[in-house]
Amino acid sequence: MLGQEFVSAAAIAASVLFILSLGGLSNQEKAKRAVWYGIVGMAVAVFFTMLGPGVGGYWLMIPMMIVGAVVGTVVAKRVEMTQMPQLVAALHSFVGLAAVFVGWNADMERTRMLAMRTAGESLDGLSAFAATLASKTPAELTFLQVEVVLGVFIGAVTFTGSIIAFGKLAGKVDGKARQYPGGHWLNAGAAVLCLLLAIGYLNGAGFWTLLLLALLAFFIGWHLIMGIGGADMPVVVSMLNSYSGWAAAAIGFTLSNDLLIVTGALVGSSGAILSYIMCKAMNRNFINVILGGFGAKQSEAAEIEGEQVAIDTGGVASALNDADSVIIVPGYGMAVAQAQNAVSDLVRKLRSAGKQVRFGIHPVAGRLPGHMNVLLAEARVPYDIVMEMDEINDDFAETDVVIVIGSNDIVNPAAQEDPNSPIAGMPVLKVWEAKQVFVCKRGQGTGYSGIENPLFFKENTRMLYGDARSSIDTLVPMIE
Amino acid sequence: MKIGAPKERATGEARVALTPESAQHIHKLGHECLVESGAGAAAGFSDDAYREAGVSVVDGAEALWREAEVVIKVREPSEEEADRLHQGQTLISFFWPAQNEALLERCKARGASVMAMDMVPRISRAQKMDALSSTANIAGYRAVIEAGNQFGRFFTGQVTAAGKVPPAKVLIVGAGVAGLSAIGTATSLGAVVRAFDVRPEVAEQIESMGAEFLFLDFDESQDGSESGGYAAPSSPEFREKQLALFREQAPEVDIVITTALIPGKPAPKLWLEDMVAAMKPGSVIVDLAAEKGGNCEATVPDERIVTDNGVIVVGYTDFPSRMATQASLLYATNIRHMLTDLTPEKDGTIVHDMEDDVIRGTTVTHQGEITFPPPPPKVKAIGASKPKEKVKEPTPEEKKAAEHAAFKAQTKRQVGLLAVGGVVMLLLGQVAPASFMQHFIVFALACFVGFQVIWSVSHSLHTPLMAVTNAISGIVILGAVLQIGSGNWLVGLLAGISVLIASINIVGGFLVTRRMLAMFQKS
Repeated sequence: MLGQEFVSAAAIAASVLFILSLGGLSNQEKAKRAVWYGIVGMAVAVFFTMLGPGVGGYWLMIPMMIVGAVVGTVVAKRVEMTQMPQLVAALHSFVGLAAVFVGWNADMERTRMLAMRTAGESLDGLSAFAATLASKTPAELTFLQVEVVLGVFIGAVTFTGSIIAFGKLAGKVDGKARQYPGGHWLNAGAAVLCLLLAIGYLNGAGFWTLLLLALLAFFIGWHLIMGIGGADMPVVVSMLNSYSGWAAAAIGFTLSNDLLIVTGALVGSSGAILSYIMCKAMNRNFINVILGGFGAKQSEAAEIEGEQVAIDTGGVASALNDADSVIIVPGYGMAVAQAQNAVSDLVRKLRSAGKQVRFGIHPVAGRLPGHMNVLLAEARVPYDIVMEMDEINDDFAETDVVIVIGSNDIVNPAAQEDPNSPIAGMPVLKVWEAKQVFVCKRGQGTGYSGIENPLFFKENTRMLYGDARSSIDTLVPMIE
Repeated sequence: MKIGAPKERATGEARVALTPESAQHIHKLGHECLVESGAGAAAGFSDDAYREAGVSVVDGAEALWREAEVVIKVREPSEEEADRLHQGQTLISFFWPAQNEALLERCKARGASVMAMDMVPRISRAQKMDALSSTANIAGYRAVIEAGNQFGRFFTGQVTAAGKVPPAKVLIVGAGVAGLSAIGTATSLGAVVRAFDVRPEVAEQIESMGAEFLFLDFDESQDGSESGGYAAPSSPEFREKQLALFREQAPEVDIVITTALIPGKPAPKLWLEDMVAAMKPGSVIVDLAAEKGGNCEATVPDERIVTDNGVIVVGYTDFPSRMATQASLLYATNIRHMLTDLTPEKDGTIVHDMEDDVIRGTTVTHQGEITFPPPPPKVKAIGASKPKEKVKEPTPEEKKAAEHAAFKAQTKRQVGLLAVGGVVMLLLGQVAPASFMQHFIVFALACFVGFQVIWSVSHSLHTPLMAVTNAISGIVILGAVLQIGSGNWLVGLLAGISVLIASINIVGGFLVTRRMLAMFQKS
C-alpha cells in the first residue's frame, strides 16, 4: 500500500503528461511521441491509484481490467479507418455509462456511510471512496449530491446519445433526422422533469429519484441525437466527446479527485473547441445544429440554368494527362465507396508523371473531424500534400483539373453566390474556379442538405457518374 | 431557291460572298448556287473551283441578278444594282441603313427584301452570323501586320551578339473585336502591348489577351451592356482625361493602332496633332477608323502619309479586302449561317420569320415596307454587369481607429466576462464549502489550459485527437477503482463493470490513436 502522498504526486505527473499529450498533436511527427505521454500518464494514474490507501477488490478489478484491455486491443486492431466515426462514438458511450454507474455508486456509498454513522458503527474499515466521504462535512455532502446529479445526467445523455450516433454512423439506425411528435418539447419536458427529480433528490427523496433521472436523461440523449441528420455527425460526435469529458469532471468533483477533474476538463474543452470549429465550417451555430436540421426553413433558392453534362473515364483520363496541377476534393462519398486506396494509386501515378497533385479538405468533410485525413493517411497518401481549406482555397484558380469525389455541399457555389440558399455563407472550397472540374458521383441526387448544387451545371464541370471506387479504378490504367 | 453571288463592283473590293466551301453547305439546305463569272478571282477562288463545288457560273451581272432569288453580296448595292432588284427578291449584304436612307427607299420601291449583315443583333445565338465581328477581327490582325510592314524594327525584344534590341511598344485604342484581335496579334509577335477602352469591363478581356490595360480613374465609366456592347460617346471631362493619358503615352510608344468607333457617328478624334508630333520618328499609326474620318487627326483616308517628324500614318480603309481570301471565307460562312436560319426545314424554301429576333433585326425592308430601325431584341445582348461595389481602402487613421475600436470592444467583452465570472465565483463561494472551491479552481484552470492547448492542434489530426481524448476520458476508471472495494455488493458490481468498460476505452483509444498516427507519412 502506498500513501496518499504517492497518489497525489502521481496525479500531478499524470495531469502534466496528459496536457503534453494533447499539446503534442500540433503536428504529425510530434504526435507519435505525444501518444506515448498519454499512455504513460494513464498507466501512472491507474497504477498509483490502485495501490493507494483503502483500495480493495483486486480479485474483481484486475480480471476486469485484463478483459477490458484484451477487448480494447482487439477492437483497435480490427477497426477499419472508415469505421473510425462509429468507434469513437461507441467509446464515448462507455465513458457515459461508467459515469452513470460511478455516480450511482457514490450515492449508494453515501447513504451506506450515513446509515453507519447514525448507527454509531466504526468508520475506520471503509474502502477508499467511503473513507473520503466519511471525512466530509454535511455541507460538502450536499454539494456532493449536486455533483452526483450532474455526473449522472451528463453521463446518461452521453451514453444513449453516443449509442444512437454509433448506430447512425454504422448504418444500423436510419441516418435521417426523425423525432417523435412534439419534437424538442419532449426533450424540454424531460429536462424539466429531471430538474424536479434533482430537487427532490437533494431534499432527501432517495435513490429512486436518481434512477428515474438517469432514465429520463437516457431518453433525452436518444431522442436528441435521433433528430440530427447524418452530415451533422461531426458536430454531434465532437459534442459527445465534450460531454464525456464534462461527465468525467463531474465525477471528479464527486470523488474529490483532482486528476479526474483536470482530465475531464481537458477532454471537455477539446470537444467543445472541435464542435465550435465544425459549426463554424458549416456557418451555423451550435444550437441550430443540435436543435434544427436542414429543410425546415427553405427559402426561395435561385433557379439553376443549364444541364449536367456527363463524361466517361476516357475523357477524364485525357484531361488528367494534359494537366499540370490537380486538386482532389474528397467527401464522405469516398469513404462510403471505400475509394481511398484507388485514389491513392491515382495520385501516385499522377505524381510520378511529374504533376502537382494535392488534396483539399473541408473541415466537415466526412463524418468526424479530420476523418478524410485519416483515410488518406491509411491509403498512404503523404500528409504534406493534404491541405486544409484555408491553405488551398486561393489556388483553385491556377489549377488545371479538380476532381470532386463524393462531396457535394462543401463545394456548392450557392453558399457564396446565392444569399437565399439554405447554406448561404458557409465557407466552401472554390473548385469552380479551376479550369476543369470532374465530379465523381453516384447519381443526380442532391447532397445532405437537399439543395441543388449549381457547380454541377457550370460550363467547366463534367459529371462522372458511377461508383467512385470502380470509376477511379478504371481511370488509373489510362494515366500515362 | 437560287442563291446568287455577283462580282463586287466597288473599287478595291476583292471579297466575295460565296466560296466553294460555303456553297457546299448551302446545297445541303436544298438551295441552288449561282456565281457571276470571275467573282471570286480576286479572293483566289477560280470559276473552276466553283464549278467543282456544284455552283453554276453565270456570265454577266445582269443575268445573275435576273436569275437569283436571293442575292448575296459583300458591299451595299450601287444604285445601278439596286435598280436590278425585282419584286420578291431578297438581298443579303452589308447595307448601313442609317447612312443610306436613299438607297433603302430605292430598294423598298423595287419591292425587294433587304437583309443588312451589319444589323445582326449582338446576341449569343447570332454570333455565327456576326459579319462585323469577323471583319473586324481581320482588320485588327491586318492592322498589326501593316504596322509591322511600315515599322523599321523588330516587334520582339532580343538579345543578340550584336547588341540588345528593345521590344516594340504598341498602344491599341479601343478594345472591340478589332482591338482585341490586334492585341492578340501584337503580343504573339512579341511586342509590349498596352490597350485603352472607355468601357472598364473589357479590362479583363484585355488582360486575358496579354496586354496591359491603361486604367483611367473616372467616375462615370460606361456600362457597355446598355448599348449592346458598343461604346457610346463620352463626356467632355472624360475626353480630356483620356487625351491627357494618350499625351503621356505618345512619346513612349512605337506603334499606335486606333479602332475607336461609335455606331452611327463619325469616329472620335483621339490622337491629336500634338500627340503625333510628340512621337518618335519612324513610329507608325494605323487608323482603323479612317473610313469614318479617322481617330487620328493626321489620317488621310485610303492613304499612307509620312508626317514632318517622320511618323507614318496609315489610313487604309480596305484591310479586310487586303486579306480577301480569309475575309471571303469568314463572310461566306456568316452568310451561310444566315441562310441556315432562313431555311428552318432545310428544304430549299426560305421562311422570312419576322418574329425571329435575328431575322427581324437584320431585315431593313420587307414586302414594300421599311422595317428599320428594328425593335430592341427580346433577348438582351449582354447581361448587365453588376455594379461593382467599391471597397474603399481605409486610410491609416481609419484603420487605426477601427483597430482601436476592436481592441476596446474586446477588452470590454473580456473584462465583462471576467467580472461576471468573478461574481458567480463569489456567490458560489458563499454557499459552497471551501474544499469544493479548491477543486473548482483546479477545474477552471484545467479548462483554460485545455482551450489553449487544443487550439494549436492541427486540423488534420482531429480524428486522432478525438481518439486520444476518448482514451484519456477513460480516466473515470479511477472512480470505479476507488469504489470497487466497497462492502456493498451492488456497488462492487457496478464499479466492476465500470472498470471493464473504462479499460476498453483506455486501451482501445490509445492503440487506435497509435495506429492512426503511424499511418501519417511525409512524401
